[in-house]
Amino acid sequence: MSTKTPPSLLSRRSPLASPATQLETLRRLKLPREFDMALQEAGLHPLRPTRLDIFQMNLGKMCNQTCRHCHVDAGPDRREVMSRETMEQCLAALAKTAIPTVDLTGGAPEMNPHFRWLVEEVRRLGRHVMDRCNLTILETAPHADLPEFLARHRVEVVCSLPHYRALNTDKQRGEGVYEKSIRALKRLNALGYGDGQSGLRLVLVTNPVGAFLPGSQGSLEAEWKRELLRNHGIRFDALFALTNMPISRFLEWLEQSGNLEMYLERLVTAFNPAAARGVMCRNTLSVGWDGQLHDCDFNQMLELPVEASAPRHIRDFDLAKLDARTIVTDRHCFGCTAGAGSSCGGATT
Amino acid sequence: MQNPHYYHSHDLARFPEVGKNRPELAQKFFDWYGAVFADGALSAREKSLIALAVAHAVQCPYCIDAYSKDALEKGSDLDQMTEAVHVAAAIRGGASLVHGVQMRNHVDKVGM
Repeated sequence: MSTKTPPSLLSRRSPLASPATQLETLRRLKLPREFDMALQEAGLHPLRPTRLDIFQMNLGKMCNQTCRHCHVDAGPDRREVMSRETMEQCLAALAKTAIPTVDLTGGAPEMNPHFRWLVEEVRRLGRHVMDRCNLTILETAPHADLPEFLARHRVEVVCSLPHYRALNTDKQRGEGVYEKSIRALKRLNALGYGDGQSGLRLVLVTNPVGAFLPGSQGSLEAEWKRELLRNHGIRFDALFALTNMPISRFLEWLEQSGNLEMYLERLVTAFNPAAARGVMCRNTLSVGWDGQLHDCDFNQMLELPVEASAPRHIRDFDLAKLDARTIVTDRHCFGCTAGAGSSCGGATT
Repeated sequence: MQNPHYYHSHDLARFPEVGKNRPELAQKFFDWYGAVFADGALSAREKSLIALAVAHAVQCPYCIDAYSKDALEKGSDLDQMTEAVHVAAAIRGGASLVHGVQMRNHVDKVGM
């Protein structure tokens, strides 16, 4: 496999750019059972929220990278970004609640022109902020001082780095990404990120580079800490091992490589009731760049809104109604419940 | 002939069937097997690479399939897996070559 990643599905006018086509592609497969059946057997049907702990905002689909597995179909050609008005509606909703954590994602969330203003406002509300950072954005000229900004505002940095060596990182994320990522991590370390004492939390995120499940998060974390320290002197606090979701660009790769059916079967047979109990949609609300509300970032990309009994736009935010909703699921949800489980916070078991 | 090959990839998933007779023996094997591959003084990833190398040395197609996938899942990349296969090959090659000393001993003894 080359390390040159293809552009977004949208720019290539691929049929899979359409969320409806993605859902149809998954629904056409012959699977041993449906997600609802698996939930029923686990005593979790219908799936309901527990307590809203994480307010996740997708600040847009614009990104400086076009990773091969991206579930957002993000890239430099994407222009969808959250407006200041929508951010103000998010802040108003947050102010009415005690939700402790705001999780900023994208695309590259930092490319949103209002990113820094938003971080300052969320911190003013006393909430913890997580920035899902692709690392290479910190190496671009307009964002050169971003590490200092993030440190000043005590932002937790959650960075994508599929492997501690270059080969698999560049295969998945593009040529040269590994080298830039290592440089960015060293800069974050120099500010105190990942030292375990400063309170500046640095988390790495790994996804398998292919059609298989991630290994044990604890075991991988120990290995990664040793190797990144040995090879580069880099320290970090935790590693999240995430399963690749069979949607968008990863779905395209699965189809093209002839792995789609095998991968879905693997996810279905690896359904773990304990993992299902801890999935992120139970404690997270996902706000789209356009203010629409979803049960998770994956549902957002598939344009599956929260169920109709709950408010569907952030301007109509109503925590009691959201708490009472049933979570919308489909076949892609097997991606979060396989093996040790997978959510934006890593393994769920 | 209905089944002209000795090896079938789908037979790997039937491995537990070896426990159909004397299940208590199979159970001991699978329990021990699981314990062997857990994180210990060596990480699960390192053990998986050793298994991959041994799979090549014993030329077991089931083990090669299983541990190619397992090594990836445990976080190894293709460079590391290729090096492991070279280790297996070097030991196999070296094991043949070192017997050349035995050959030389024999020739020294009977030759002029």
